[in-house]
Parts: sequence; structure tokens; C-alpha cells
Amino acid sequence: MIHLTLFLVFGAICVAGAVNLLVQRHPINSALSLIAVLASLAVEYLLLGAEFVAAVQVIVYAGAIMVLFVFTIMLLNAGEEERTRGSRVAMVIGIPSLLIGGVLLAWVLVRHSGTEAVLAGALPGSPENVAWMLFHEFLLPFEVTSVLILIAIMGAVVLAARPEATSTGPGKES
Amino acid sequence: MIKTVIALIVLLTAVAYTVWLERKVVGHIQNRWGPTRVGPFGLLQPLADGVKFLFKEDLTPPHVYKPLYIAAPMLSLIFALTSIALIPVGNVVSVGGIRTPLEITDVNIGLLIILGITSMGVYGVALAGWSSNSKYSLLGGLRASAQMVSYEIALGLSLIGVLIMSGSFSLRQIVDAQGGTFLGFIPRWNIFQGQIFAFFIYLIAAFAETNRVPFDLPEAETELVAGYHTEYSAMKFAMFFMAEYANMITVACLASLLFLGGWHGPLFGPPLLQAILPVIWFAARIFVFLFLYIWIRGTLPRFRYDQLMAFGWKVLLPLAIANLVITGFIVALKS
Repeated sequence: MIHLTLFLVFGAICVAGAVNLLVQRHPINSALSLIAVLASLAVEYLLLGAEFVAAVQVIVYAGAIMVLFVFTIMLLNAGEEERTRGSRVAMVIGIPSLLIGGVLLAWVLVRHSGTEAVLAGALPGSPENVAWMLFHEFLLPFEVTSVLILIAIMGAVVLAARPEATSTGPGKES
Repeated sequence: MIKTVIALIVLLTAVAYTVWLERKVVGHIQNRWGPTRVGPFGLLQPLADGVKFLFKEDLTPPHVYKPLYIAAPMLSLIFALTSIALIPVGNVVSVGGIRTPLEITDVNIGLLIILGITSMGVYGVALAGWSSNSKYSLLGGLRASAQMVSYEIALGLSLIGVLIMSGSFSLRQIVDAQGGTFLGFIPRWNIFQGQIFAFFIYLIAAFAETNRVPFDLPEAETELVAGYHTEYSAMKFAMFFMAEYANMITVACLASLLFLGGWHGPLFGPPLLQAILPVIWFAARIFVFLFLYIWIRGTLPRFRYDQLMAFGWKVLLPLAIANLVITGFIVALKS
């Protein structure tokens, strides 16, 4: 019972943070709302029993990636954004298609996964289970993803290296 | 519940007396006496300081971004104090028929949660620097966040060797795996099981994580006034200070648990003494660490910022990865 209550509370925090992320005008407030969203998602994972994923979610997303977001906002000293009146096309087409998309998604999910909920703490989420799955069943996708990330890092290095510095700069090795 | 209260009181007292120890030891290193006036050996100085912090005027500079300016010291302190909940300080003891482990909670991914909490601690410093709306604070906050993110990687990688050897994230199991001795006199601590490089990588990265000399660039007073907490006064300033010292203690606890055998040590005497001795051995290790922190602060000069970054990425990180690969090979060959 307490699991379900906590799950609902953190789900509400998650959605509220996501809405706040869009509504806030200052970038740093938006970034902080995103941290709240990511942290409450971690709590949801924990409540479902995926404890390793929850810890990784906090360490990687809330603790490292969002620090870089906040760092960039601080470095650029980004000010408040101006609020523009939304376009009429977005109102006319956007809201109905959002509704239709939501209904479709819900229908597919209910149709294909049955209606019974995952019990609290039922997911096999201990580090051993996750490691076993990653290095046996999903070894190829896992390795391919890491190569993809490596390529992305090299691309970022190439793009970030200034053209005049290519003879001596870090861009040459890549 | 009772354990939470006890742990908090002990931690906060330890924080206060670490400050006293630091002033005393640095004083003696610099050929001064340190605090002597308040109580014997200045032992009541932390109390006097606490009262002073409470009664000082709490200034809020006019151009700060108020919500975050107020939230930042709280965030720092909350994350610094939370991680103590996962640190075991001794064996399971039985008091009046009730057996209880000496920690607030034992989870099987304890180490990961501590890493998560400490990685969130950056926000307090970064937001303090940004929301103060002062160039010194901003530079301090930027330096702190870049430094902590960079050294966190080396710190995390240096711990993986230990995790491979003990095969668990639970701090209690990691300590239990270090019991016993080689040849009858060398304890089976991880540092003597080939993790000595990892230990030094961890030590250096931990100094950088806690913003201590020689890596205290975020608050370098010769160039940045006081870094990220320049604009803070009274209890808000004290909260940053308490967070820093609580982080030092957490880092020292982790180092003793992961590398130095936790609470293992010779046990003797009546049952009551046998129950207390592990806690004393653990506290002794933490004391040695804190003394080392202070000793280094009194001895070494500060790095330059580019040296700090180059050292973290070009020296510590490759060393940590090499240690991880070699440890993995050895463990795989043994099994």
C-alpha cells in the first residue's frame, strides 16, 4: 500500500516537474525541473524493483548530464526567455493530434501488454540480473550502442576543434 | 529512528570537532597554537563558533536570485548529511536481546546510492555560485562543477576494482570480504590485495571531490575572495562549511570501508569490549584520514586550474582504467 502511494506521489511530482519545465521562463528553473523529473523517475524505478537502473539514473542523468546542462547555462549566463504568442497552426493541428496520439499509444499499450499492473518490486532489477542480460542476451545491441556513442564523441571532437588548430589540436588524431 | 538520531548527532559533532582539529593542527604546522582560549585546549571553540553563526546578521545581497540563493546551502547540507545513512560503522551487535546492525539502513546497492547522492551534491555549489550574481561566486561555481564532474569519473572507476574483487555493491559484504590475514600477519584488506593504485587514485580524486587543498580552486581565496560562498553570511555560510566537512567524513568512511578493511582489527577482552572495539577501529581509520587531509592542507600549495584539469583527465583517468583492466584480468584468471 505504501509502495502504491509513493508511486503515485512521485508520478505526480514527475508530471508536475515536466509541466513546470515548459512553463518556466528562466532556463535554470527549467533545468532544475528536469532534474526533479529525472530524480522522481529514479524513485519510480526503485519502487518497481529496478534498483540498479534507479541508481544509474541518478548517477548518470541527474548527477552528471544535468550538471553539464546547468554548467552551460551558467557559463552562457542565459537570461529569461521572451514569451511569444503561439501560432494558430499549432493550436488547430497540434492539440487534436496530441490527443489522437495519446489515445493511440494508450490503446496499443493496453492491447498488447494486458491490463494487469506490474507489482511493486517485481522487476528483476538487481545488478546481477542486469549484468547477465546485458552480457548474454543483449550483448550485440549493447556493444553496438557503445560504438555508436564512441562515434558521437569523435564527431563532437572533430566539430569542436577549431579549423586553424587542426595541425596541432586535438582534432587531428580522431 | 533512534539510530538516525544518534547517527546525525555523532556526525554533526564530528563535523564540529573536525573544524577544531583542523584549526589546531594547521596552527601547530604553522608554529602557532590554534584555538586555546575557549575551554581546555580550546575544546569549546566549535560551540562558541556555532553560537556566533546563529547570532550573526544574515545578509542577503540585493541582486541575488533569491529562491536558489536560499536553496543552495540547504541542498549542499542535505546531500552531505544523507549519505551517512548508508554507511555501516561496525558489526551486528545485540543489545538486550535485540540484534541490530550498526548502520541506519543496509541496501544491496549501498555504494551506488552513496555515489548518486554525492554526485547530486554538486548542485548546491553550482547554484550558489550562479544565484549569488557575483563574478567571484560564478567563477567558483563553474570551477567546482567542472572539477567535480571530471574527478567523479576517476573516483568511480577506481572503486570498480574493489567491486570486482568482492562481487557486491553492499558495503557490509565488501567489508566482510576483507576479513582474515595472509601469512598470519598481513590483513586481507583490499589495499594489500593489489588495489593499492586504486587506493591512491581514490584518495586524490576524493580530495578534488571535496574541494580540499591542493584542489580547492573553487574557493581559492587569493584569486576568488571565497569562491562560491563569497556572498553568504551567518548560518548559510556555516551550512556550506558543515557540508564540506561532512563530505570529508563520508569520503574517509568510504576509503576505510572499501580499501582498509572497515572495522576489522584485533578483538580481545570481555564481550562488551568486543562489541565496541570494531567501532573504535573504524573511528581510528577515519581519524587518520582526517588528519591526512589537514596535514596536506598545511603542507601543499594549490594547483593551477589547467594543471588540475590536465591531471584529472590525462593522468588519473587512464591510470584508473588500466587498474580496472588489470584487476579484471587477474580475477578472471583466478576463477
